[in-house]
Amino acid sequence: MVGYLVVLLLLLAAAAYWIGRTRAIASVNGDVARLHSLPGQHGMFLALFAAGPALLAIVLWSLVTPGIESSIIADRFSSELSGMGVPQVEAFIRDARAMAFGGVVGFADPAKEAAAAAYKSIHTTSTWIIWAVALVLSASGFYWAYSRIAQAYRARHVVERVLRAFLIACSVVAILTTIGIVLSLIFESLRFFQQVPFYKFLFGTHWSPQSAFTGAGTEAGAVNQDIFGMVPLFAGTLLITFIAMLVAAPIGLMAAIYLSDYASKSVRAVAKPVLEILAGIPTVVYGFFAALTVAPYFRGIGESLGLNVASESALAAGVVMGIMIIPFVSSLSDDVINAVPQSLRDGSAGLGATKSETIRKVVLPAALPGIVSAMLLAVSRAIGETMIVVMAAGLAANLTANPLEAVTTVTVQIVTLLVGDQEFDSAKTLAAFALGLVLFCITLTLNIVALRVVQKYREQYD
Amino acid sequence: MNIMTEAGVEQKLSSGTNAPLIKMKGEKVSVHYGEKRALFDVDLDVRENQVTALIGPSGCGKSTFLRCLNRMNDTIDIARVSGKITLDGEDVYDPKIDVVELRARVGMVFQKPNPFPKSIYENVAYGPRIHGLARSKAELDGIVESSLKKAGLFNEVKDRLLESGTGLSGGQQQRLCIARAIAVSPEVILMDEPCSALDPIATARVEELIDELRQNYTIVIVTHSMQQAARVSQRTAMFHLGYLVEEGATDKMFTNPDDKRTQDYITGRFG
Repeated sequence: MVGYLVVLLLLLAAAAYWIGRTRAIASVNGDVARLHSLPGQHGMFLALFAAGPALLAIVLWSLVTPGIESSIIADRFSSELSGMGVPQVEAFIRDARAMAFGGVVGFADPAKEAAAAAYKSIHTTSTWIIWAVALVLSASGFYWAYSRIAQAYRARHVVERVLRAFLIACSVVAILTTIGIVLSLIFESLRFFQQVPFYKFLFGTHWSPQSAFTGAGTEAGAVNQDIFGMVPLFAGTLLITFIAMLVAAPIGLMAAIYLSDYASKSVRAVAKPVLEILAGIPTVVYGFFAALTVAPYFRGIGESLGLNVASESALAAGVVMGIMIIPFVSSLSDDVINAVPQSLRDGSAGLGATKSETIRKVVLPAALPGIVSAMLLAVSRAIGETMIVVMAAGLAANLTANPLEAVTTVTVQIVTLLVGDQEFDSAKTLAAFALGLVLFCITLTLNIVALRVVQKYREQYD
Repeated sequence: MNIMTEAGVEQKLSSGTNAPLIKMKGEKVSVHYGEKRALFDVDLDVRENQVTALIGPSGCGKSTFLRCLNRMNDTIDIARVSGKITLDGEDVYDPKIDVVELRARVGMVFQKPNPFPKSIYENVAYGPRIHGLARSKAELDGIVESSLKKAGLFNEVKDRLLESGTGLSGGQQQRLCIARAIAVSPEVILMDEPCSALDPIATARVEELIDELRQNYTIVIVTHSMQQAARVSQRTAMFHLGYLVEEGATDKMFTNPDDKRTQDYITGRFG
């Protein structure tokens, strides 16, 4: 219903554009140069005022109505709902909605059916209201703007201002979303820290939240606080990230040097996109590559050397993750190496330095801050990576520095904590938020450091 | 290093020749950039301990010719050089010639000052280090000091040798680049419009320096300034559209050129 309204408004906007343009041209008898603003800007102005307010009203309506409708229903059926707790009331409303608009219904009963009927009628009314409001807004906006179009009218300024407001709104959405996510992480983590003291979480060395409850029959609140130590996860994350960087940093950097300074144009035109395809492979594909090919291969080598390699080892996951982030390192480093002015290379070559001397002694030192920040971004990417480690590194939270053993990472544990059927207010699931918060803080710090380094680097050449 | 060059000068004096020797010689030098031909059969001699100025309007091939002399065109993929260029009689494009060694003998100073983002000391020490010219730290210190002195920069920077070379003024940076080129004790120094990014005072300073350097080095300079060519050079070569128009003693070129184009150019009628 409302979908049609939106389509109608968009058509109206298109028509208004054309009408505004025509009127602007007509107002100066076709002598476009006399107009203050271009005809198209007058058209845009009319279109914005014909459709903009109405579309805004629809957005507001769709955000607000579900809440209002539910509260009206809750009000009308207050006698039926009086004896229920919060979850039951929510379930009642949910079922009523599902019956009215289609969806999966839990338990049907007469009261809910009555509520559903009420829901339907309320919704129909509110839909009519929004139609009426939108059309009135659209008509009055059109009329107002249409009467303004004249030779001297500054339509361009209005259009520019509206566009600016629109762009601001878009960036606000992005920022607010980020803030919302961070806040929800913080608040859920605080709930977790009410059950498990944060020092036990941060510094504990034992992690087995799957056995969080001492057993059936005990009170729901009884949480064993000593099994939420995140140190093994953190150590595992660091171990795998370290192995990954051990693979990615040299290979990526060398590849970047080759691409920027040695490769001919034609080689570069092919090699660079091909290298970047590596970044386009879904991580789950890397995951089964690690689990099915690389891990058994390492185990085979280990056996032939008399080493005991776990079938899910930190080494396999780290190596494959390293391969995954090679393109990050090489692509970012390639950019910073290319940014080193050619004049420095010429200066060095003019003194009789060879290509490799020039790169080692002039280009790389000049590009070093940028390369460091590329590495930091790659590290934060490696820390946040999930799929490869889920598939290849295992789930056992071993506190070990041996890359041949199975370890687990923060991200893997977040997955396992939230997979399955469980309440979202137990210490076990809330621990996922606390882990998420820690992960967020680490990657945020890395990104900030990387950005700072890049800024410092920029100052050198501008 | 000082001693070496002085010995060289003495040797030359004792040989008793008054006319300057020919240090570098270009014979039928042509350059193509891809399909486009930038230089047409240029024959030009560079005489020892003289300043040879290359003048001509933009795009006339003078920088291209300059870059042939120490094979800097090698760094451009599409550039192709034909003809013969000799340094002390040796063909510099001979496959047996080591381009690294050639560039150590034929140094280069660029249009825009391009100090490395390193300390002043490291900038000058860069060349001697890569060529292994100094056996000890003290010897390296000596090379750095004498190079900076020859470039007339030492007194200005002696208290901040460890500060970044990019923090100097434009004129100082250019003199630092000259010091950097001198530090590898080249025989020839190529300068590609070394003053075009400098103000008049810094320009005067660099020109003075060029005149002093002539005692020990052979210099080839590309310039857009007629006055500069007249002030600093002994020989002038006029290029136009990839051809060498004429070449001769600077005095004659600026007072009584043979070619009408040279006359028009130096009197400002075109270019």
